[in-house]
Amino acid sequence: MAGIEVTALHKRYPDGTVAVEHVDLSIRDGELFVMLGPSGCGKTTTLRAIAGLERQTTGDIRIGDTLVNDLPPAERDIAMVFQFYALYPHLKTRDNLAFPLRAEGLPKSEVQERVDEAARLMRLGPLLDRRPHRLSGGEQQRVALARALVRRPRAFLMDEPLTNLDAELRADMRTEIKHLQGELGTTMVYVTHDQVEAMSLGHRIAILNKGRVEQIGTPLEVYDRPASLFCAAFIGSPPMNLIEVEVADGKLRSQGGLTLAPPPGLPRDRRLVAGVRPEALEVTEQGAERSVAARVVSAEWLGDEIIYVVDHGGQREVRVRMPPTVRFAADAPVGLRHTGGPPPVYDVSTEELVA
Amino acid sequence: MAVSVDEAVATGPARDRTPSARRLGGRGRSVLEVVLLTVLAVVMLFPVLWMIETSIKENRDVYAIPAKFFNFTVTMDHFKDVFVAPGGGRSALSAAFLNSVLVAGVSTALATVLGVPAAWAYSRFSVKAKKDQLFFILSTRFMPPVVVVIPIFLMYRQVGLIDSKLGLILIYAAFNVPFTIWMMKGFVDEVPSEYEDAAMLDGYTRLQAFWRFTLPLLLPGIAATAVFALIFSWNEFVFAIFLTSSDGVRTAPPAIAGLIGGTTVDWGLVAAASLVFALPVLIFAYLVRKHLVAGVTLGAVRR
Ligand SMILES: Nc1ncnc2c1ncn2[C@@H]1O[C@H](COP(=O)(O)OP(=O)(O)OP(=O)(O)O)[C@@H](O)[C@H]1O
Ligand SMILES: [Mg+2]
Repeated sequence: MAGIEVTALHKRYPDGTVAVEHVDLSIRDGELFVMLGPSGCGKTTTLRAIAGLERQTTGDIRIGDTLVNDLPPAERDIAMVFQFYALYPHLKTRDNLAFPLRAEGLPKSEVQERVDEAARLMRLGPLLDRRPHRLSGGEQQRVALARALVRRPRAFLMDEPLTNLDAELRADMRTEIKHLQGELGTTMVYVTHDQVEAMSLGHRIAILNKGRVEQIGTPLEVYDRPASLFCAAFIGSPPMNLIEVEVADGKLRSQGGLTLAPPPGLPRDRRLVAGVRPEALEVTEQGAERSVAARVVSAEWLGDEIIYVVDHGGQREVRVRMPPTVRFAADAPVGLRHTGGPPPVYDVSTEELVA
Repeated sequence: MAVSVDEAVATGPARDRTPSARRLGGRGRSVLEVVLLTVLAVVMLFPVLWMIETSIKENRDVYAIPAKFFNFTVTMDHFKDVFVAPGGGRSALSAAFLNSVLVAGVSTALATVLGVPAAWAYSRFSVKAKKDQLFFILSTRFMPPVVVVIPIFLMYRQVGLIDSKLGLILIYAAFNVPFTIWMMKGFVDEVPSEYEDAAMLDGYTRLQAFWRFTLPLLLPGIAATAVFALIFSWNEFVFAIFLTSSDGVRTAPPAIAGLIGGTTVDWGLVAAASLVFALPVLIFAYLVRKHLVAGVTLGAVRR
């Protein structure tokens, strides 16, 4: 087991595409580290560079204490699970699992032992004598995971391993992966573009955008204080409300008159945007205390909660998360009130967190 | 080459057309179509039929006027003559067939051994000016081979490859390599590179990964490609007649052609030799059809 250190990674493909602009990551030993970002932001490329399948243009990669820049994938002692599982189609499950071990030249009895153990962990018993095309997507996924496990590598790399599964199975597998990683304590780098997956799995999350790291933090940090407008818009469903504010009398005021508690250290003379989570707002009766006038545009009934979309004084489409017991009709005049603590505030021009 | 490929491919669709046309048109139209197709088939197949008949007729029946369609005595003498010389021992024709087997087999093997790894490299790696290189490779097949036969002849005379099996093998391989690269590149593109990635992470080198994982998946494609190359080498006539002269080197196509042109032509022998010559091509064309229809089935691909 080992940590992974990525320093100033830059990758330019021969055709001129810059897939990774500049990435620094410091992944701790035993950590479940998630790389999250939209399609094309360079997640796969970064992962493949760590695996040694792609040579970075510049930058260093260390696994444990070893500088692996010039090591071939085989010598890096890591296992990777691909988005499409890449099970060898001409081999039975059993042989798919045994293959990496045979490559290492382990004695037969030990191969058998390890295959059985991995099969038990991933509950593959009845599938051992089938070929991949006779397995369902979820089963193939489990075989792919088991194949990564048998080698007991220093780290796991997972490239969107659950994308091809249906929602229910995905949730199950998510739990399973998290449990497994905790059990084995092996470092895992998990790539996804699904923020729910990232939040529920990761010890820490790195948010990537256009080949750069926008933020690294625990799920809570990332959720509470997104480091940039990009992160603010990317994390959370529905996403954060980005409300233009001014500093007046030591308070933050929106155009529509909504007042927010100001964070310390606000800069002056800049256009600012406050990031307000839907659950930090409240729809009230019209004219309630500290509320501003607003109008319900629409309501999404999700069963356990209602997402109200309201307009208030020039600010359109503010989303508010309310318990299902509080009901307002569409188009109803209502009040809007901020209930949370000081929100993160961003500079409009740099798009970065300023306070 | 081109002719045999066209034939092998064209049989499929032509046969399928009748039922769908029947659905479209009325009954009259379908009758007309069947009649036309039958006429066409008879016209096309008659020479073949006649060749088969001639090969089993006795010589006097071959020249009989009016021609005998059914009431002739069947003999296998011509087939015997193809393989056995009149005085006993091996005939010149059978030696030519052996030469053909050798030349076609070795040149195909050579083209496959060279072309498959090249196709893999073009598919997997970023090569400088890849498109231009591939176009250049293909462009060697643009011109009809007969255009270069004189220069090749002169070059071969310089290096002493005239009238040698090696010379034929080399020139056929040279014509088959571009074809193999192009056809195989399509097959390699179909095999996801993740198999090799996974194998490399599992501890194999890139070459081992290719050898142990990609190659087995390519086998049907290689078989289909090799059969096409084989048919080209087997049928090739122009280079064979220009570059070889002695019986010991000559392949079957010029040898069979050489049967015609004496004072008397033993048509029975010509027909029998042609039949023997056509048989492997027919079998292989059939195999290719099967491979192309079945396609390459790859197991666990979910994208
Ligand atoms: N082999 C390649 N050659 C050229 N450009 C490439 C290559 N592979 C990826 N790219 C480009 O690099 C960029 C980053 O690709 P990458 O696969 O790392 O994205 P990703 O974050 O994994 O996206 P996704 O979520 O869609 O998988 C993309 O613009 C992509 O088009
Ligand atoms: Mg990707």
